[in-house]
Amino acid sequence: MNNENEIVKLQNIRVSYGGVPALEDVTISIFRHDFLGIIGPNGGGKSTLLKVLLGLVKPDSGTVSVFGKNPEQARSRIGYVSQRPVFDNNYPVSVWDVAMMGRYGKAGIMRRYSHEDKVAVERALKRVDMFKYKDKQIGRLSGGQQQRVFVARALVSEPELLLLDEPTASIDSTLQAEFYELLGELKRNLTIIMVSHDIGAVSIYVDKIACLNRQLYYHGSREITAEVLEATYKCPVQLITHGPVPHRVLKEH
Amino acid sequence: MRNALMAGLLAAVACGIVGVYVVVKRIVFISGGIAHASFGGIGIGYYLGINPIIGALVFSLASGLAIGGITRKTRLSADTAIGILWAVGMAVGIIFIYLTPGYAPDLMSYLFGNILTVPMTDIYLMLGLDLVIISIVVIFFKEYLILSFDEEYATAIGMPVEILYFLLLAMIALTVVVLIRVVGMILVIALLTFPAAMARLFTYDMKKMMILSVIFGFLFTLGGLWISYELNLPSGATIILLGGVVLGLAFGVSRLFIKRAAPDKEESTEQ
Repeated sequence: MNNENEIVKLQNIRVSYGGVPALEDVTISIFRHDFLGIIGPNGGGKSTLLKVLLGLVKPDSGTVSVFGKNPEQARSRIGYVSQRPVFDNNYPVSVWDVAMMGRYGKAGIMRRYSHEDKVAVERALKRVDMFKYKDKQIGRLSGGQQQRVFVARALVSEPELLLLDEPTASIDSTLQAEFYELLGELKRNLTIIMVSHDIGAVSIYVDKIACLNRQLYYHGSREITAEVLEATYKCPVQLITHGPVPHRVLKEH
Repeated sequence: MRNALMAGLLAAVACGIVGVYVVVKRIVFISGGIAHASFGGIGIGYYLGINPIIGALVFSLASGLAIGGITRKTRLSADTAIGILWAVGMAVGIIFIYLTPGYAPDLMSYLFGNILTVPMTDIYLMLGLDLVIISIVVIFFKEYLILSFDEEYATAIGMPVEILYFLLLAMIALTVVVLIRVVGMILVIALLTFPAAMARLFTYDMKKMMILSVIFGFLFTLGGLWISYELNLPSGATIILLGGVVLGLAFGVSRLFIKRAAPDKEESTEQ
């Protein structure tokens, strides 16, 4: 089956680090304009899954196809916001230059950034409301502000697929709500895969939820059953349902 | 004396530019390893009767690539690789100098530098290496800005990270060779770090940081040279001590200045 709306296709992916399995038999198809939330405990393989999609981690077995190609060839169409990027707060680079990094795929090696690149960066920074800080050194911003800049960096590459790894981990709760609203706007033109350990927040904003703890539980909807959550977290958990008002049901335990 | 000024300027250009990458990417000790390993090349140079600086060039390039290769392709950590090459390179140098009949002329100047005795042939070599370094940095400025900021991201957007990393190590190796004649291989890491660390106090723009770093490097070299002449001290060590003292003062002053100018700014640097 070759469906052009099928953006990501993972089949029987197995990844292990030095013999310790991180992902086992993961199979999933993700379609255009999906907003998929992947939840699961820390160490459950969530970041690894995103890295497989980017070709940063090679699976031991199984096939990965992104836009019908291998991940390396698809990279220019993917925007990626990693979990709290490791960088030196004294690193000599401005907000503007960080966002401009996202245009690298468009400009290519040995080419200068064009006027078009500058326009795209300005637009993206305004979109995440960080344009006013464009000349500030990135390390001088708060964690939440940095995260917005990294989202802008992912957006300027005009990706068709956006991968977010724990994007709200360093943002306080009021900013989180704003951030999810931004994603809500973006999902109209994008396919988004967001990894999080925050079940509550994810369930409100995403369209589909998968649970990952080495194995992936996914039913193509955002309803998750208590059984799946328990299998994922290996303990009784709060169950989230979606009524007219989002609410949680606390399971007996 | 004219040679000394030229050597100082050429050294400042190399260490100013490459030192910025060394400092922001935190690979000072990789540079130290490359510098010490180059001693093996100096020893072999003496033994074969060729210009030891050519031996150092070959050895430092090889050890740079070896450190890169070991850290990327095996499970040894970078500091283990550095430790191995550092010591093995030195040992090779000592053995070959021992085996060389007679006495090794100006061995001390390779170890500790002597800017006053740099011959014209080495000036030309330094000039050539400077031009290579400048071209690489001009061509790949954009790439290195991303790579040294966030390597994982650089890989994720499809940048040839490994090739660029090896090229950076090669640039460090070339810089080591440029600096050997001025401060000696043992003190090379000081000139790779002081000017760049000093420049970082004044700007957060990578290009400006490189320019400032070159200027500081030149001032340290000139100032050290003058002091060593006046007080009749070894030039290499004097240059380094001057740099250390100035850098220490600059750090102190900048802390006072930051505290007074903007107390809240202090917090944001600590996070």
